[in-house]
Amino acid sequence: MKAAVLVFPGINRERDMARTLKLVSGKEPAMVWHADSELPKGIDLVVIPGGFSYGDYLRCGAIAARAPIMNAVRSHAAKGGLVLAVCNGFQIACEAGLLPGVLMRNARLRFLCKEVYLRIERSDTPFTRRYNAGDVIRVPIAHGEGNYIADVETIARLEGENRVALRYTAPDGKLNPAFNYNGATNAIAGILSERLNVLGLMPHPENHVDPIVGPTDGRRLFESLVETLEAA
Amino acid sequence: MKARILVTLKSGVLDPQGKAIESALKSLGVNGIASVRQGKVFDIELDAADKTKAEAKLKEAAETLLANMVIENYRVDILS
Repeated sequence: MKAAVLVFPGINRERDMARTLKLVSGKEPAMVWHADSELPKGIDLVVIPGGFSYGDYLRCGAIAARAPIMNAVRSHAAKGGLVLAVCNGFQIACEAGLLPGVLMRNARLRFLCKEVYLRIERSDTPFTRRYNAGDVIRVPIAHGEGNYIADVETIARLEGENRVALRYTAPDGKLNPAFNYNGATNAIAGILSERLNVLGLMPHPENHVDPIVGPTDGRRLFESLVETLEAA
Repeated sequence: MKARILVTLKSGVLDPQGKAIESALKSLGVNGIASVRQGKVFDIELDAADKTKAEAKLKEAAETLLANMVIENYRVDILS
């Protein structure tokens, strides 16, 4: 696995991501500056990490989505290259047109920093092959704008094509509005691109990978990526 | 040339910030407010030879960055 982690001004989760990628894959990722116009050669995974790019000015992710490096990311994705977009990265991916929809202000307006339960909706993707469909995992969220919305047709299409990768659920895996903290449409926590090579999600799987700091439910997502790329 | 671009949420898009402002107004005793929706105003100065060119440039600015067309509408006004 040759991963690149994008770095924008105001991003603050890039080190967590780099540490996790190193821990799980054994390889140090390349840190790529937003003003660069090309990805390093041979990159097979681009990660857009979390944080507060450009201070969330204008709209979350709006300015970062138009940075020079994003053209390279779009062509990487267009060739089927893998892109993992977490939290602010998910917002950036939506603003950049890599994924449909938008992340709005949390329904109850509060910034949420807590652990949530996520149900894995499918295991036949490069990001989830080490999970089973229906598995419930515990990972943290930390966001003020994670309320996923899109127009009715887009939601119907995402659901119809099974492109919802993760949903906020109760610990037993059942949908429950009380556990859909940010108010996302259909409790959507993460979605896939049409070709299943781009995953955007609000929660932070990279923070639950090491038993030293607690649960390790996020680890299999990165193991899935390693396995996918080694099999390729 | 001076212009103003007004960006507003499309109808039907939930606006929790507008709702919070609406209830703050109620609790301040500002009565008679039926609803509040929050938008953004961009005051822009630009070099453009004529109004048509300016409008085209401002439309480009709005659609490429200032508004997210998934959830927002915009309006361009040339002020002077």
